[in-house]
Amino acid sequence: MISKRTELTVGFFVALAIAAALLLAMRVANQGMAGSGEVYMLNAQFDNIGGLKPRSSVKVGGVVVGRVSRIYLNERDLIPVVELEISSEYKNTFPDTSSLSILTSGLLGEQFIGLQPGFIFPEDLIAIEEDKVCETEDLRECPYLTAGEEILDTKSALVLEDLIGQFLFSQGDE
Amino acid sequence: MNFLQSLGRSTIEKITAVGASSIMLFGALFAFPKWKNVGLTIAQVHVVGVQSLLIILVSGLFIGMVMALQGYTILVNYGAEGSLGPMVALSILRELGPVVTALLFAGRAGSALTAEIGLMKATEQLSSLEMMAVDPLRRVIAPRFWAGVISMPMLALIFSAVGILGGHIVGVDWLGVDAGSYWSIMQATVEWDKDIVNGVIIKSIVFALVVVWIALYKGYSCIPTSEGISKATTETVVFSSLSILGLDFVLTALMFGAN
Repeated sequence: MISKRTELTVGFFVALAIAAALLLAMRVANQGMAGSGEVYMLNAQFDNIGGLKPRSSVKVGGVVVGRVSRIYLNERDLIPVVELEISSEYKNTFPDTSSLSILTSGLLGEQFIGLQPGFIFPEDLIAIEEDKVCETEDLRECPYLTAGEEILDTKSALVLEDLIGQFLFSQGDE
Repeated sequence: MNFLQSLGRSTIEKITAVGASSIMLFGALFAFPKWKNVGLTIAQVHVVGVQSLLIILVSGLFIGMVMALQGYTILVNYGAEGSLGPMVALSILRELGPVVTALLFAGRAGSALTAEIGLMKATEQLSSLEMMAVDPLRRVIAPRFWAGVISMPMLALIFSAVGILGGHIVGVDWLGVDAGSYWSIMQATVEWDKDIVNGVIIKSIVFALVVVWIALYKGYSCIPTSEGISKATTETVVFSSLSILGLDFVLTALMFGAN
C-alpha cells in the first residue's frame, strides 16, 4: 500500500528531525544541571539580594555547582532568605565556614551567587576520618555544609546607587 | 427581535460546531490503536510532513539569517555582538520556531487537508466509505490527525536547527562574530528543558493539535460545493493562524511569563 519511495522519504524526514534534535541538544542547549537529578538544599540570609532571581546560578570559582531555588522574606525580621539547591555531586565538599556573596557577571550581566569555600580545622578532619561524623544520622557535628544548613557568612549585592552615594559622601568630607 | 434571533442562532451554531468538532476529534483519537492504520498514518506523514519540508527549510534558513543580520546591527552598537548567538537561538527556539512553523504548516498542510477532505465529501467518497461499513473517522480523519501531530514537532525542530545554522552563516561567516562565542554563550544561555522542550516541542504539539483539528473539521463539515470547499479552506488558514497566535501568547505567558 505504501510505496518504497514514501517509506524512504518519511525515513529521511525522521532522520533529519532526529539530527536537528541532536544538534539542539549537543550544540545549542547546556546539559549542565538540567535534570541531573539529586540536589541538597542550603539556606542563607542576605541584607540585600539586588537582582538575584530564582534559577540564578551558584558558582565556585566560575564552576556552576547549583542554583537558587527560592527567595522569600524571613517573616520575623524581614530579611531576604535565599534557598540554594546544590548538586549532590558536591555533597560533603564545602566546609561550613564557606561564605556567599552576590556577584555580577560582567558590567551588565546577570547576578549570581559566588560560594567561597572555607577551611576545616585539622581536628575536624580527624573527626571525619575516625568518628565518621558525616556518615551518621545526626549531621550537626559534620564540618561540611549539609542539607538544610544555613550559611551565616554572606555578603550582599553591590547596589550601584549606594556605592555612588558613599563615594560622593567621602568626597564631601575632604 | 431580528437581532436577538440572529444572535441566538449564531450562538447555537457556534456551540454546535464546537460539539461536532469535539465528537469528530474523539472519534478520530480513539481510532489510533488500530495497528493496520499505522501504514495510513505513515503515508500521511509523507504528505503532511515531508512535503512541507522544503518550505520549512528555506524559511528557517532565511529567518535565522535575518535575525542574525538585524541582531548584529543593533548589538554591535553596544559592543555586545558576542551575544548574537543566544539572541538568535532564544528568539528562534522560544517564539519563531514553533510559531512560524505552525503558520506555514497551516498554510501548506492545513489548507491541503481541508481541501482534500472537502473534495472527498463533495464527491461522496466519505459516504461511500460509510456504505462499505468503513468508518471515515478511522480511515480518513485519524491517520491525518496523528500524522499532523507527529510531523509538526519534527518540522519545528528542523526549522529551529536550520535557523540557528543560518544565523551562524550570517553572523560568523559573513559578519565576523567569533564562532567560539557564538556557540558557547548560546550554550550557556539555552536550557534543554525550558527552552527546547517547552519552547519548541510542547508549543508545536499544541499548535499541531489545533491546526489539524481545525483543518480536518472544516473539511469534514464543509458545504459540499466548490464554493463551500474554497470557503472552508480559507477559514482553515484564517482560524488556525489566529488560534496559533492567540495560543502562543497564552503558552508564552505560562512558560516564560511567571517569575
